[in-house]
Amino acid sequence: MNTQWEILVVDDEEVNRESMAAWLREDGYFVDSAASGREALEKTQAKEYAIYFVDLKMPKGIDGIETMMEIKKIYPDASVVIITAYATVDTAISAMKEGAIEYIVKPCNPQEISLLVGRIIKVKNLERENTMLRKKLLGQYQFQDIISKNAKMMEIFQLVKEISSMRSTVLIQGESGTGKELVARAIHYSGDRADKPFIAVSCSALAETLLESELFGHEKGTFTGAISQKPGKFEMADGGTILLDEIGDISPKLQMDLLRVLQEKKIYRVGGSEEITLDVRVVAATHVNLEDAVRQGRFREDLFYRLNVINIHIPPLRERMEDIPLLARIFVERLSHELGKPITGISEGGLKKMMDYGWPGNVRELENAVERAMVTCREHVLTENDFQFLNGAKKDAQEWEIPQSMTLEELERQAIVTTLRRCNGNIKETALKLGMDRSTLYDRIKKFNIPR
Amino acid sequence: MKSLYLMPVGAPDERALDILKHRFEQELGWDVRIAHAMAIPNVAYDAKREQYEAIHILRAAIEAMPRDAERVLAVVDADLFIPMLTFVFGQAQLKGKAAVMSLARLRQDYYSLPVNAALFYKRVEKEAMHEIGHTFGLTHCTEKHCVMALSNSIQQVDGKLAEYCRSCAILLQDSVSSLATDR
Ligand SMILES: [Zn+2]
Ligand SMILES: [Zn+2]
Repeated sequence: MNTQWEILVVDDEEVNRESMAAWLREDGYFVDSAASGREALEKTQAKEYAIYFVDLKMPKGIDGIETMMEIKKIYPDASVVIITAYATVDTAISAMKEGAIEYIVKPCNPQEISLLVGRIIKVKNLERENTMLRKKLLGQYQFQDIISKNAKMMEIFQLVKEISSMRSTVLIQGESGTGKELVARAIHYSGDRADKPFIAVSCSALAETLLESELFGHEKGTFTGAISQKPGKFEMADGGTILLDEIGDISPKLQMDLLRVLQEKKIYRVGGSEEITLDVRVVAATHVNLEDAVRQGRFREDLFYRLNVINIHIPPLRERMEDIPLLARIFVERLSHELGKPITGISEGGLKKMMDYGWPGNVRELENAVERAMVTCREHVLTENDFQFLNGAKKDAQEWEIPQSMTLEELERQAIVTTLRRCNGNIKETALKLGMDRSTLYDRIKKFNIPR
Repeated sequence: MKSLYLMPVGAPDERALDILKHRFEQELGWDVRIAHAMAIPNVAYDAKREQYEAIHILRAAIEAMPRDAERVLAVVDADLFIPMLTFVFGQAQLKGKAAVMSLARLRQDYYSLPVNAALFYKRVEKEAMHEIGHTFGLTHCTEKHCVMALSNSIQQVDGKLAEYCRSCAILLQDSVSSLATDR
């Protein structure tokens, strides 16, 4: 996604800057243009750009090099590319000496510009990651109600910010208890729909017919008990966001109904014929692997693609161990108020006990464990003794069972997919973890058609 | 029904236009018409570069756009450029009404290779779908076989399929159907 980066094109000739801007926009960048050095500086005062393309020769006012120097006064690290129609060694040297990141002679091969832009943006992305890393070192990072100092979680926070005001559907995947609803809420409350309703529906809690009327509402007398007309959750969420939690559990019929809603942005109440047009952003969440469900024919592929326009995968707690002490302390603080118990913290031993545990129930299990420990605790600090109950649970968590009716091939595929994901697609690391050599791994990836 | 106009600028290959008409009828479900040919605007020609400037053709096409046209794709035989670059295969207004594409570099003989009509028409389809995709708000796709992937060379064009990938297809369809509803 290039949308977060903005580029400024500075050229006195309208045709030049407009055609360059149009070309960059096709690549997904936001592009502004300025007709003079002065205009460029005004725009730069207002916001920082990732790249500045500055034409060397501008007849009126300040020229390209001066413009660059002024931009650099505002942002010393600005990436300025100086463009010229006639290369002279002198100007090239002075451009580079004054801090241009590149000096190009037009017309330039499109491939060269693409590579140059790609290279600069890559550095910008790294810089941003570093800034986030610094924030991480300074301590926790809080986004809405989610607290973490894990790098993957930071990426999720960043993504949530970028997409919060978009209309596209979002699919949040993650194990139970990882906080999928919190992420959905963060998307809603940090976007331009924040003042509109956020409605969460758990699709696994209700039987098919009940869920249908829960989602779409029903007309009076449609079934026994339908004594009056009732609007559904979709209608209640109009203008806002609906969270369909445990979407992997819905029946084939509801999958079809949902697909229609997503395509047509209209619903019909159960037993009704009036179509109701809605503006609802759909966020779906699931703890099952939907790609697998699609492959096994349990989930419609077309619905999956509709939902999966933006994908967020929340890592399980065991992959963000650094968050355990942080989260535990926050829970202690909050619960000590709620429970009226003056407990101030957790001992080293208590923390170690928590770090050794696998947390299959993730953040929610951690919160419950802290609560349980606090209820029984007789001291002012939680110690390992208060977490004894994790011993038994740990064994259960480690006992692993093969899912029913899974072939050896499917198991192998699953092992590769999961490990690849854990290693962020790094082949070398994945092969090492799985104990196979790289060529075998490549072979399997091809054979099983595993997306990377 | 919404219409897309294919606008011949100069005298581009007629069969190419027919193929595109057919393809876009299927792809968009729209009425696709071939507009009256337009002469290449004089201002577009750059004698020094012996090429035509894309933006001037784009502007002329917008000017000449029939009133009932929702989109226009200008098809030129001549080689196109923008001042910054040595050439462009085409240029589009992102989320706009108009796009222009050139046939010049899609022919094998441009690269001193034997004529290959089938390959040429495949490339024409890809380039047209790509530029029209931009007018519906699609930006370059990271899926390298997707027709919306960036191509700066004919090799890259040949590396793509004449198809939108799943995500691009969905975004395109959403964009097309949102046009159908807000009239
Ligand atoms: Zn493009
Ligand atoms: Zn694509």
